[in-house]
Amino acid sequence: MNVMRLGLLRGRLEIKQFLRQRESVVFTIFFPVMLLFIFGSVFKDTIAPGVTFSQYFVAGMIATGLVNSGFQQLAITIPMERDFGTLKRLRGTPMSPASYFIGKAILVTVSTVVQIALLMGFGAAMFGLDMPTSVSKWIRFAWLIIVGSACTTALGIAFSTVPKSGRGASAVVSPIVIILQFFSGVFFVFTQLPKWMQDFAAIFPLKWLTQGMRSVFLPDSFVQQEVAKSWEVGRTAIVLVVWTAIGIGFSIKKFKWANT
Amino acid sequence: MSTSAISIKGLTKKYDDKYAVAGIDLEVAYGEIFAILGPNGAGKTTTVEILEGYRFRDSGEVTVLGEDPQALGDKTYSWRERIGIVLQSSADAGDLSVRETVHHFAKYYSRAKDPDSVIALTGLSEKADDKIRNLSGGQRRRLDVALGIIGSPELLFLDEPTTGFDPEARRAFWELIRTLRDEGTTILLTTHYLDEAEALADRVAVIADGKIIEISPPETLGGRHLAQARITWVEGGKQHERFTSTPTSDVATISTRMGGEVPELQVIRPSLEDIYLQMIGATE
Repeated sequence: MNVMRLGLLRGRLEIKQFLRQRESVVFTIFFPVMLLFIFGSVFKDTIAPGVTFSQYFVAGMIATGLVNSGFQQLAITIPMERDFGTLKRLRGTPMSPASYFIGKAILVTVSTVVQIALLMGFGAAMFGLDMPTSVSKWIRFAWLIIVGSACTTALGIAFSTVPKSGRGASAVVSPIVIILQFFSGVFFVFTQLPKWMQDFAAIFPLKWLTQGMRSVFLPDSFVQQEVAKSWEVGRTAIVLVVWTAIGIGFSIKKFKWANT
Repeated sequence: MSTSAISIKGLTKKYDDKYAVAGIDLEVAYGEIFAILGPNGAGKTTTVEILEGYRFRDSGEVTVLGEDPQALGDKTYSWRERIGIVLQSSADAGDLSVRETVHHFAKYYSRAKDPDSVIALTGLSEKADDKIRNLSGGQRRRLDVALGIIGSPELLFLDEPTTGFDPEARRAFWELIRTLRDEGTTILLTTHYLDEAEALADRVAVIADGKIIEISPPETLGGRHLAQARITWVEGGKQHERFTSTPTSDVATISTRMGGEVPELQVIRPSLEDIYLQMIGATE
């Protein structure tokens, strides 16, 4: 019980710190909105009956939001905390590591929700993004956010063991996210990508998140434009759960509290 | 059940093929301030980090407050409640204020001290609402100490606590450590500063190349109390020097001979630093 109580306190502290770092607020929250504004303004073509590229792009950016707030944010900030000695100090206190990770999960959840709300708001106001049209779509949207956040949080914590230093972390992590964005149908229509890119992207969660978000935000008829002619909802859930398990397993085994 | 706060027998730790700790034995009693002195790379920090549970040893026996730090199991958190750790360096949480940080850490411990009185005790009251990133090096170090003692530890580890302090801050810090000792806290201190060890420690261990050279109270380290004093003075326009175990009577004799005042008289006992450098030098 104490673990949960301290986890909530850690979460509050994480959010407080996050809001005080202007760069992280801009990078994590506003950058995707800016990208949305730029891409959405440039590419306005209709890609299927009743669907513009802007709408397609907004769905992809909402999926990316999960990756930015979870994977990217954690894989960059945790190595910095390790460099600073924050993690080592925490390890020396009676606070359970579980509380630390609960705090991170709270931070990810809050920043994800804020980011998605902003993207949806802008998408609806400027690029004709339709809100989900049925209860079942809202339910799917909700579990995509919950499972997707869990997945990218677990993978962000796992990947935080890779960068050698806090300073170099963003140079290691950001290109991975950007490449996955290109391969997973965020910046381009997924079906227009070469087959090998599609196959490569299908290994990773982002492709499934973008497809899932399209199933929520685009008309049902658009399913015919997908590679599988199906939203593959079940498979999406499986891929996300498997990656979450891999992330958690790897983190438990390999998480590093200090540099040496 | 060990009667010492810390008990180490035959401790070794290798990195690659080099011994960082090459067979150390020592006991620290409850309520004692024990200092570990030694040059960089002597094995001080490795030893302390093994005691703190950060590193695992290769061989030997270790108990800290009656527990083996690398076999704590479900006692981990109750054991961590009882120890306080001030690490060598940390620079974290720059966006929180001193008050927010100390209050937050207090929540981790069931027997935490009052956070505002710890802030006052470490001399940070005036800086309590400043962001950590705006503190000076010495002020950050005092915050480290505040976070180390917030949980009312029975045993406090201090790894080079006063690096970067000005002399006044160092004196104030020593007072704080004495206050903690008077409350019954056992303290293990590593330091570069010999005056610090001399001012605070009940006993000192000198470590070089992963081995203990000597353990004793600072005033008798290296046979210091038995060492000969050096007397220098000027007589007949010439500098004189003499080593003696009876400096008082020697000075009296010289004074009688010279009819009272002895020009430029000095009686010099070896400082802890002289002794220490001799001991360290002997191992190289």
